[in-house]
Amino acid sequence: MSGRRIADRGRIDRNRTISFSFDGKRYSGHPGDTLASALLAQGVTLFGRSFKYHRPRGVLTAGIDEPNALVTVLRGKKRDANIPATQLEIYDGLVAESQNRFPSLAFDVGAANQPAGKVFSAGFYYKTFMGPVVGPLRGTRFWMFCEWFIRRAAGLGRADHEPETARYQRMNAYCDMLVVGSGPAGLAAARAAAEQGKRVIVTELDPVAGGSAKWSGETIAGKPAAEWAAGEAEALADMDNVRLLTRTHVWGYYDGNTLAALERVGDHQPVATPGAPHQRHWVIRADTVVLATGAFERPIVFPGNDRPGVMLAGAAQRYAAEFGVLPGKRIAIFTNNDTAYAAAAELASAGATIAAIVDTRQVISAGARELAERAGGELLLGQAVSATSGGKELSGITVQQLDPVTGSASGAKRSISVDCLAMSGGWSPAIHLASQAGAAPKWNDDLQAFLPPDPAQPWLGAGAFSGDTNTADALRNGRNAGLKAAGGRASRAQVAKVEAPTLDPFPAPVFEIRTADGKGKALVDHQLDVTAEDVRLAHREGFLSVEHLKRYTTLGMATDQGKTSNVPGLAIMAEARGISIPETGTTRFRPPFAPVALGALAAERTGDVSPDRLTPMHDWHIERGAEMMPAGLWHRPRIYALPGETLEQAYVREAKTVRAGVGMVDVSTLGKIAVQGPDAAEFLDRVYTNKFSTLPVGKARYGLMLREDGLVLDDGTTWRLGETDFLMTTTTAAAGKVMQHLECLLDVHWPGLKVALTSVSDQWAGAAISGPDSRRVLERVVKGTKVDNETLPFMGIVYGEFDGAPVMICRLSFSGELAYEVYCGAGHGTHVWEALMAAGEPFGILPYGMEALGTLRIEKGHVTGAEIDGRVTARDLYLDWMLSKKKPFVGSAMMDREGLADEERIRLVGLIALDGQPLGGGAHIVEDNSRAEPNESIGHVTAFCYSPVLAKYIALALVRGGKARHGQRAFVADPLRNRYGPVEIVSHHFFDPEGSRMHG
Amino acid sequence: MRISCPYCGQRDVVEFTYQGDATVERPDPASIDQNAWNAFVYDRANPAGRHRELWQHSGGCRAHLVVERDTVNHVIHSVAFAGEKQSPKTASKRKSPSRRKAAS
Repeated sequence: MSGRRIADRGRIDRNRTISFSFDGKRYSGHPGDTLASALLAQGVTLFGRSFKYHRPRGVLTAGIDEPNALVTVLRGKKRDANIPATQLEIYDGLVAESQNRFPSLAFDVGAANQPAGKVFSAGFYYKTFMGPVVGPLRGTRFWMFCEWFIRRAAGLGRADHEPETARYQRMNAYCDMLVVGSGPAGLAAARAAAEQGKRVIVTELDPVAGGSAKWSGETIAGKPAAEWAAGEAEALADMDNVRLLTRTHVWGYYDGNTLAALERVGDHQPVATPGAPHQRHWVIRADTVVLATGAFERPIVFPGNDRPGVMLAGAAQRYAAEFGVLPGKRIAIFTNNDTAYAAAAELASAGATIAAIVDTRQVISAGARELAERAGGELLLGQAVSATSGGKELSGITVQQLDPVTGSASGAKRSISVDCLAMSGGWSPAIHLASQAGAAPKWNDDLQAFLPPDPAQPWLGAGAFSGDTNTADALRNGRNAGLKAAGGRASRAQVAKVEAPTLDPFPAPVFEIRTADGKGKALVDHQLDVTAEDVRLAHREGFLSVEHLKRYTTLGMATDQGKTSNVPGLAIMAEARGISIPETGTTRFRPPFAPVALGALAAERTGDVSPDRLTPMHDWHIERGAEMMPAGLWHRPRIYALPGETLEQAYVREAKTVRAGVGMVDVSTLGKIAVQGPDAAEFLDRVYTNKFSTLPVGKARYGLMLREDGLVLDDGTTWRLGETDFLMTTTTAAAGKVMQHLECLLDVHWPGLKVALTSVSDQWAGAAISGPDSRRVLERVVKGTKVDNETLPFMGIVYGEFDGAPVMICRLSFSGELAYEVYCGAGHGTHVWEALMAAGEPFGILPYGMEALGTLRIEKGHVTGAEIDGRVTARDLYLDWMLSKKKPFVGSAMMDREGLADEERIRLVGLIALDGQPLGGGAHIVEDNSRAEPNESIGHVTAFCYSPVLAKYIALALVRGGKARHGQRAFVADPLRNRYGPVEIVSHHFFDPEGSRMHG
Repeated sequence: MRISCPYCGQRDVVEFTYQGDATVERPDPASIDQNAWNAFVYDRANPAGRHRELWQHSGGCRAHLVVERDTVNHVIHSVAFAGEKQSPKTASKRKSPSRRKAAS
């Protein structure tokens, strides 16, 4: 036991010692310690530097509300920043460092900001970065340069740039009742409902259940409160219908009684438990929620209230009672209410000397007086602390008489030498979740606090959360909430007896101590260095609304979300405006209640665990050395490169093979929708721009679909397999979108049509075989049908068999060559694919990938999703020949609007690079490159390739005016890739515009 | 938010896709009244309060539903199949599968 460790109290395990480091120095603690309690026990007072002024800071609280003692935890190269030391459980080998100091915590050059404090007042950024209006540094450029240094000086922890290695898990849970908080109220509620057989989840943000019972020093049911709570928690954990989640904070309360919680599974462990995630993101749906989240103690705002050694009275009590640490040896209390007297008594009995109890009130209750006597020390009523002294730790306080009317301290100054000041400015119920789920909170004048709003969702409150001021009330209301949630009635049955001093539950309405000289910074928001003077300055500058105050001064906008500063800030604003606190208003709390790692929210939905869609022939492609590329969730072969080949060499070779002989590509990823029913043909007539009711059975037709607004939605071929049976294909990327579009039309607008839609994308495997030799390959392998020009003309469909597997063959061409698409059941996919490869061997057949597929279609001028980008019309793509004038179709009424029919829209053209260099997708087209940038863009490149048939770099592009520019010269401008050069605008039909090859 | 699908019972909102305003009327397909089409494609009231919306149970039976929802507090007042003249009340009253017994 060293330093300030007490020999006998707290829940720490003194039999074991844990070794850890803070700022490179080794320290030790015990299991049960937080970083804050372990360091305090060894006399460390300085934990960090403040955000703007780099003032030395210690610990203010003992929990999640901590604004000062934020540290970064290092695990290898991973940096977990802005963790409250008061929340961080120590473990063997923990490496933590303080934040926002340079070069070291003790000697920090940024502290030079302190005397310059006036410069860094409220609205500093808004005022500064406007830049001077006149002079050589006019404008914002110079100020942007300065900003880099200022931002470096102001800030919190640094993030790392390493990939996330920890595993996060998402859990869904349902329960009859969710109890948030496991203090006396929460435990009583959970017990009552669980005994009625209800399924209950209890969450507790600390490692151990019990809440205030862990440090109150009261007696419940004849036992010390901490022991009672431990017994209750154990009893609950033993029940099959109860789940007790410790180290878990509920951070969001959403619609439908859906709550989000974060369980810190591995944060306190030196090495992760095998199989366990680092953190768990819980989504809990509860029939009823019992909010028993307790209350946060408020600091009093007075000059020097942020000096290390000044902390909340409840926190000081907690360090002594729960962690067995004395936060100081000679302690003063400064309070406006009775609760701090219990802290004084606890600290005295733990061995500290209480130097003085300074109370702003003239009169105190008998209970408080009795506790004061037990604590010892001078009782200074009607007085206030008006200053503190000391450097990196507190050495003394100044006490003056308090004027109860003006709230200012004046008169003779008395110095008291202390190393810790425990203050209490009253308590604010932790209404965050209720506020997220409901309306504006309600001000209570007696408690000088905001109480929860009326529930807009099924929740009940109990304990300090709903304004209970003693443990007996908390137990009773907790139990009643549990019974009520269980569908029963509140009962008057006896609850456990509580022995506690009788205290006055109401604080004096004192939030700030002002001094005559106005010297020294009186901090309201410790984390963002917002002072009382900043709030008043904001008021003087006209920021009256709470929302404006918050944004202008940044009050309450730090990682602690103003848990300690909200109400004091409002009180100071209310005073400045001469109105009451409720009239000033409060901001609505939003999720999260406390910071949540993005990794936890993403959980499993990232990286290598996202679902993959693989075609039936996937393994074959991999075995043949295909380089795969993503297409949505699909994986498709990009190229089948030979050793030493570049991407371009590979796709050029593949494309040449198709034009000269025969090649094959996996088209199983195309969207496929079975459109069936008596009205199927009529339905297709309505959704496609061209007619399908005239399509004979056994033939396919290319179709174009528009959206309701007249722009192009998708294209593809649809095959008539029977009188009432069609197979529609869509582009790979648009499959889901088209399906939804069609379903919506049928369900909502045309419910009378007898049509059934079925997605069959995964049921069919498809191979497109193209090239002048493709027919000869088919002839070698197909049984049961001929495939000659007569039996299988362009756009014809035949059925046959490949080595026992039934297939459907349609003569379609995307490449512009003689080509066929062979479809079979997905289970036969590889079999059919291999049969085709074997049959093609004498012809030198090669599989080809997406790059070659793209090259072939660019040469032909066929469009895909790159051109159909949601902004083009059919005319922009020169597909107006497909717009039927004989029937209305989706989009027909809107497609002729003035702006859509404009000839000067960007329209489809071809480009040829005149400098023999590759073009880039997304590059802009400009008319004139002689001027300095920016030049006016007249369009952009949508797809590009090296064309083997033209032996040139070509591209498809959307260019203003389209056809009218054929033969003109222009330039590509691609500043991102630094690619500039001349191009010729040509027809997008680069190759075989008559289509003689595919019809042959 | 949870929506009671008349087929599948009460399901979480993640199973559904918002498909737009259910109050707009699609003009007769042959109509060339630009104002009517403009109203159907673009004009939206965006009320704060009760609103009729289309939701597709895309992660379930894929039916389109007309959901009467309060846009302020997300309370759902009725759910019915789109395109059917079905009383919204009978649709939402249909009992969902016994979820309570299944989970434990």
